[in-house]
Amino acid sequence: MATFLGLDYPTLWFLVVGGVFSGYAILDGFDLGAGAWHLFLKKEKSRRIALNAVGPVWDGNEVWLVIGGGALFAGFPVVYATLFSSMYIPFMLFLAFIIFRATAIEFRSKEEMAWWRKTWDITYSLSSIMLSILLGIILGNVLQGFEIGADYEFAGNWLNFFNPYAIILGVTTLSLFMMHGAIYLTMKTEGRLFTKLKLLLRRAIIFFILMFVITTAYTLIYFPHLSDRFKEVPILFIFPLLTFLTIANIPRLVNKSKYRSAFLFSALTVSFSLAIVAIELYPVLIPSTLDAANSITIYNAASSEKSLSILLTIAAIGAPLVLSYTAFVFWTFRGKVKLDETSY
Amino acid sequence: MDVEILARIQFAFTIAFHYIYPPLSIGLGLVMVFFEGAYLRTGNKQYEQLARFWTRIFAVTFGIGVATGIVMEFEFGTNWATYSRYVGDIFGSALAAEGIFAFALESGFLGILLFGWNRVSPRVHFIATVGVWLGSMFSAVWIVVANSWQQTPAGYHVVGEGIHARAEITDFWAMVFNPSSVDRLLHVWIGAFLAGTFLVLSVHAYYLLKNRHVELSKRAFKIALSIAMVSSLLQLFIGHRSADGVAHNQPAKLAAMEGHFDTLAPAHMYALGWVDKESQTVTGIGLPGGLSFLIHGDFKEPVKGLNAFPEDERPGAVNAIFQFYHIMIAIGMFLIALSLYAGWQWWRGKLFEKRWLMWVFVWAVILPQIANQTGWFAAEMGRQPWVVYGLLRTSDALSKAVTANQVLFSLILFSFIYSLLLALFLYMMNKKIKHGPVEGTLQEHRPKQEGMVEGMEG
Repeated sequence: MATFLGLDYPTLWFLVVGGVFSGYAILDGFDLGAGAWHLFLKKEKSRRIALNAVGPVWDGNEVWLVIGGGALFAGFPVVYATLFSSMYIPFMLFLAFIIFRATAIEFRSKEEMAWWRKTWDITYSLSSIMLSILLGIILGNVLQGFEIGADYEFAGNWLNFFNPYAIILGVTTLSLFMMHGAIYLTMKTEGRLFTKLKLLLRRAIIFFILMFVITTAYTLIYFPHLSDRFKEVPILFIFPLLTFLTIANIPRLVNKSKYRSAFLFSALTVSFSLAIVAIELYPVLIPSTLDAANSITIYNAASSEKSLSILLTIAAIGAPLVLSYTAFVFWTFRGKVKLDETSY
Repeated sequence: MDVEILARIQFAFTIAFHYIYPPLSIGLGLVMVFFEGAYLRTGNKQYEQLARFWTRIFAVTFGIGVATGIVMEFEFGTNWATYSRYVGDIFGSALAAEGIFAFALESGFLGILLFGWNRVSPRVHFIATVGVWLGSMFSAVWIVVANSWQQTPAGYHVVGEGIHARAEITDFWAMVFNPSSVDRLLHVWIGAFLAGTFLVLSVHAYYLLKNRHVELSKRAFKIALSIAMVSSLLQLFIGHRSADGVAHNQPAKLAAMEGHFDTLAPAHMYALGWVDKESQTVTGIGLPGGLSFLIHGDFKEPVKGLNAFPEDERPGAVNAIFQFYHIMIAIGMFLIALSLYAGWQWWRGKLFEKRWLMWVFVWAVILPQIANQTGWFAAEMGRQPWVVYGLLRTSDALSKAVTANQVLFSLILFSFIYSLLLALFLYMMNKKIKHGPVEGTLQEHRPKQEGMVEGMEG
C-alpha cells in the first residue's frame, strides 16, 4: 500500500476529513453560538450588530460543511452512504434548520415590521440551537456506534438515535458553541452591548465546563472502551491533558479581557475535543453494535488508492487557496462591527 | 407509494427548485462583472449604481441557491446510498473539487461583494465580483462533469460483485473530459447566461415602461441585450452539438426525445407533436427525415429507434421526454428571434420606443427558466432506467435502510419549506425591484455608518 510520510492514504484522508470538520466546527461553531445567544439580546440594534458580526462570514463558514460532505463522499463513500441513510431523520432535520437559519439571516432585516423581525429572530436562534444539538447527537451516535448489518446498511430503529448519551453530547456541543460564539461577539462589539456580552460569556463558560465534566464522566462510566486507545499508547494522554489546560486557560484570559486569545483557545478546545474523538475511533469510523466485523473503518470504506491520490492532490492545491480567502475575508472585516447601508 | 417513486419525486423536486437559483447567480454574476468593469473603466457613477443594485438582487438568489444546494449534496447519501457507494470513487472527486475550488472561492468573496463596498477599494471589489462569478462558473464545471459521467461514463473500471460492486477511477482526465461533459457544460453555462440576462432585461424593461430610472435602464438594457444576443445564438450551435453527442452516446435517449420507435425507418424531427406510446406514433408537424439528416447527413437513412432496445433498457415516459425537449427548443428559438429583433431595433435607434417589445421582455424572464428546467428533465428522464448509463439502474441505487414513510416525511418537509422560500424569494425580488436603484444614495465618501442605522430605526 502506498504511503506518504509513513502514513497510508486512507489515514491521510482521515486526517484531511478530520481537519475539515474541525475547521467547520471552529468556524460555524461561533456563528451557531452567536445565533444561540440571539434572543438573549433584547434591543433591536444589539440584535442587528450581533447578526452583522457573523454577516459577512457565515456563508463562507458553511462552505466547510460542504467541503467536509464532499470529502467524505469522495474518500469514504461507504461512510457517507451509511451514515446519511442510517441517520436519515436527524440529517433531514439538520438540513431543514440549515435552510431556516440561512433564510432568517437573509430576510430578517429586510422589513421593518416588529412581527416580521421577531419571527425571524426566533427562527434564527432556534435553528442555531437545534443545529448545534443535532451535530452533537450525530457525533454521539458515531462514538457509540449503531446497528450496521453485513451489507453496511442500517438495521436498527432510528428513534434510538435520540438516546441519552447522544442528547448529552448535543447539549455539550451547544454549550461549547455558545461559549465560542459569546467570545466572538465580545470581540466584535463595544459599549453597553459589550458589557452585556461579558456577563453572558461568564454564564457560557460555566455552562460549558459543567457539560464537559458530565460528558467526560458519562463516557468514562458507560463507554470505558472508548479510552482503551489512551491506555495502549500513554503518550496520547497529552491530548486530554492539553484539552484541560486549554479549557482552564479560557476563563483566565477572559478575566484579563484578552478576548482574541480567548477566542483562539476556544477554537483549540473545539479541535482538541475532535482530536480526542478521532483518537478514540481510529481506524474505525462507525462501529457496528451488531458485529464488530461490520464496523466501517477507514480501510473498508475508502475509495481506491488511485482516487485517494487524486483527492490528496486536490486537497494539497485547494487548502492554501481556501485558507487564504478565509484569512482575507476575516482580515477585511476585522475589528468591531459597524453597521452601514449594506448590512443585514 | 414505494420508496423508489418517492425518492425520485423528492430528488426531482429538490433539484428543480434548487436549479432556479444557480443559473441566475451565474448569469447575474456575468452582468455584474460587465457593470462594474464599465464603472472602473469609465468612472460613470450610473454603472456603479447598477452594480450595487444587481448585487442586492444577486444576494437573494445566491442565498437561496446555497441553502437549497446543501440539501442536494447530502441527499445523495440519505436517499441514494447504493448509488453513493457505487460512484463515490469517481463522483466524489468532482464534488470535493467543487467544494474546494468553486464554492469556497464563491462564498469567500461573497462577503466582500455584499458588504465590502465601503471597506475595500473599487478595484479590489471588482476582483471580488469576478471571484464570485468565476466561483459560480467553476461550480457548474464540477457538477456538470459529475452528471455527464453518469450519462457517458469514461475513465473507470468496475470492481467487486453484487452489493459490493463499484466503479473505480482509472483516468482522472478521461473522467473529467468524458464524451459529453464539454458540450453539456457549455450548454449549461449559456443557459445560465440567458437566465441572468433576461432577468436584467425584464427589470429594466419594466422601469422603462414605468418611466423610472430611464437613462440608467437604457445603459443596462443595452449591455444585457448584447450578452443575450451572443448567448442565444451560441446556444443554437452548442445545443446542436449536444444533441449530436446524445445521438452517438445515448441513442435510446435521442429516440425518446423525437418519439422514434421503428429502427428500420428514417427518423423525423418535430417542431411540435404528441407521442402515443401504445401505437408508437407521433402526431405532429416537423421535418420528415430530419433526425436522420442530423445524424447521418441523409434524410433517408434509418435511425436506431426505441424498439431496438429491450423493454427494460429504454426510458418509459417517452411523451414527457418528447415534450420537455421540444419546449426547450421552441424557447431557444424564440429567444434568438426576440433578441435579434431587439438588436435590429436598437441598430435602427427605435428599441426603446416600442412599448409592446418592452412588455415582451418583462415577461420573457420566465422563458429561460422554463427552458433550463425542461432541458434537464429531458436529459435526466431520457437516461432512465439508468442512474449511471448502462451500469447502474435507478431502482438499484436507493438507500436500502430508508423506508417510504421517512422519504414521505422529508418530502412533505421540503415541500413546505420550499413553498415558503419561493414565496419569500418572489416577495423580496418584487420589493427590491419596485424599490429600484435609488438615486441619491450614492456615497461620494464613506457613509456616517452608525448615524444611518439609528435614523433607519427611528
